[in-house]
Order: sequence, then C-alpha cells, then structure tokens
Amino acid sequence: MSLSYKDASKIDEIMQLDDQDKMLINILQRGLPVCEQPFVDIAKQLELSEQQVLNRLESLLDNNVLSRFGPMFDAACFGGAFTLAALQVAEENFDKVTDIVNGFEQIAHNYKRDHQYNMWFVIATESQQEIEQVISKIEQATGLDVLNAPKLKEFYVGLYLPA
Amino acid sequence: MLDSTYQPNNKPAEPLSSLERKYILLTQNGLPIIAQPYHWLAEQLAISIDNTLAMTKNLQERGIIRRIAAVPNHYKLGYRFNGMTVWDVEDSKAEEFGQKVGALPFVSHCYLRPRKLPSWNYNLFAMVHGKNHQEIAQYRSQINTLLSEILVNRKQQNDQPFKNCDMLTSTKILKKTGLRLKNKNTDNSKMETT
Repeated sequence: MSLSYKDASKIDEIMQLDDQDKMLINILQRGLPVCEQPFVDIAKQLELSEQQVLNRLESLLDNNVLSRFGPMFDAACFGGAFTLAALQVAEENFDKVTDIVNGFEQIAHNYKRDHQYNMWFVIATESQQEIEQVISKIEQATGLDVLNAPKLKEFYVGLYLPA
Repeated sequence: MLDSTYQPNNKPAEPLSSLERKYILLTQNGLPIIAQPYHWLAEQLAISIDNTLAMTKNLQERGIIRRIAAVPNHYKLGYRFNGMTVWDVEDSKAEEFGQKVGALPFVSHCYLRPRKLPSWNYNLFAMVHGKNHQEIAQYRSQINTLLSEILVNRKQQNDQPFKNCDMLTSTKILKKTGLRLKNKNTDNSKMETT
C-alpha cells in the first residue's frame, strides 16, 4: 500500500508536547539500549515508571509525532541499488510529469525543489541495471534528460531533531 | 548510538543468513511497545534472549542496523524547512571536507555525488533541517564558512562563472514511501517500496 500525499504540512500540524515527551523523543532518537529491559534506564531519567514511558511512547506513535520505532536498517544491506535523480520540468507540465514519475513503483521519494532542477527523486531497485532501465523509461515518457546522481561516498546519515 | 560511521565506499550488499532475514522481516515495521521487546523478538525467532541480544549487537556492528531508535515526524516537531545544500568543491579535498560537513550536528545526510557538466556542477550534498527559513540559511552559511577554501571557481563555456554553492529548499512532497524487504517465501524476494 503506497502512502502518497500532496502536501504534508496540511496533515501534520505542530504538536504541543510536555517536557517529558520531549525528553523521551530526544532519548529515543539517539537510540534504544540493547538489553533485556531497555526502558528501565529511560524511565529513571524521566522520573516515570516503565509503564508510563511505554504509554507515552505508544501515544506519540498514535499521534504520529513519531513515525516509527525500531531498528533502522541500511537499505543497501537488503541488496538492490539506489540513486538520487532530478529533472528540469516546465511549470505547466509539472503535474503531468509528477504523475509519470510517481507512477514507477521504483520511485521511493519525490520532492519538488526550488531550482532549475525542480524535481528530485530517489530510485530504489533490485539491480543497477534496473536503475538504468527506469531512467531511460522516464526519459522516454517525459522527453526530459534525467540527472543521475548516485552516491559515490557517504559521510553521514542520521537525523537528530531535538524536540 | 549515533550512526556517524564513515564508509569509504558504497558497501556491497552484506550476505544475510536466513535468521537475519527473518529478523529484518519481523522488525522492519517497528518493535512492539512493550517492556521487553527483545524477548518478544527472541520468541519469534525461536532463539534465546542472549542470542537475540548478541545478534542485534552484531547487526549494529556490521552497519546493517544503523540505530534502534524513534523516528520523529519532522512536521509535528515544527521542522517544516529542509534545504539540500550543494557545493562544487575540489575533488582532492572532497573526502576530507565531506567528513567535516557530515560531523556538523544539523546535517542529516552528506554525500559525494558525480557532477554532470554543464548542467550540474555540484559534487557535495548536505541536507539540513530547521524550523524556519532563517535557521536553514544560517546552517548553509556555517557550511559555507567551512568549505570556503575548497570551493571551485569554474567558468562556463560562455565564460560566465558557475555558482559554486546553492541551497534547494523543498516546496512539496510529491511521494514518500519506505523501503521494505519482502518475504522470500511469498514472492521472489523482490524488494518493494511500500
């Protein structure tokens, strides 16, 4: 089931959080300990019971303040190939090209950005060969040249947003 | 437990054991919110809790698990602005300075990517996030200070200078899906984006 929405800011209103929620979010963004009772230490830091921590975590997930909780896998380890690609799309064709590009199941993310290259998307496939195929199909369907910018080196991947 | 691991190259896919595949399939949608989530996992994998903890640590050491963590919804926390900062830096210095940029606390992703002249002359990408435009503009300016000595002054064919840095802000999410490992037993292990 694919989740696709045009404007996330309309769905996601800013949430008012108390200090303990904020601390919990910040601690859990940094990581859950690998041990038998991983929430015990966190509960101590927050001066809450273990059960209260679990209740808060569950409600943060229910309210979509947290979008997920668990191991974050390096997708490259699943096998497969990835690239970041971009198109220069004329404004009057933007919706049409969006539909064409998003129509490929191999497109994982797609963002509109303010630049001559105004459409940026991640292609995720099983093989390098399939990346080339998707790019060439997008070029045929849109009549536009795809900028293919696969990562050559990775220096950091990790997001910490203090609540 | 931050995943600030520097990887010199694109890693080849790690061979996964069938138990490791099962681990990924069980947890890729998240852990259950219970006091002993690793016990739950041990039961599902039909192995001991000690083996489950050891396997988890091993997957982390090999970089297959980046972190076991909560992922916040940017918008709900007020982070409505993101900027993809892009830089045309000297190739010989790109690795050294890429690591410095990646180490900045407000940078979430930092990659070296190929140029495609003449339409795209930037080779270093760093993503920044903030609660307003001034905040991400300030981050961009901090990166600029760090990179100033290695920015390339490149001329276009018509002798006009190329810009050597830019920040592309996102104006709309057009599509956003997660990457999933599919169950080998139900199909041909095709990776799908769900």
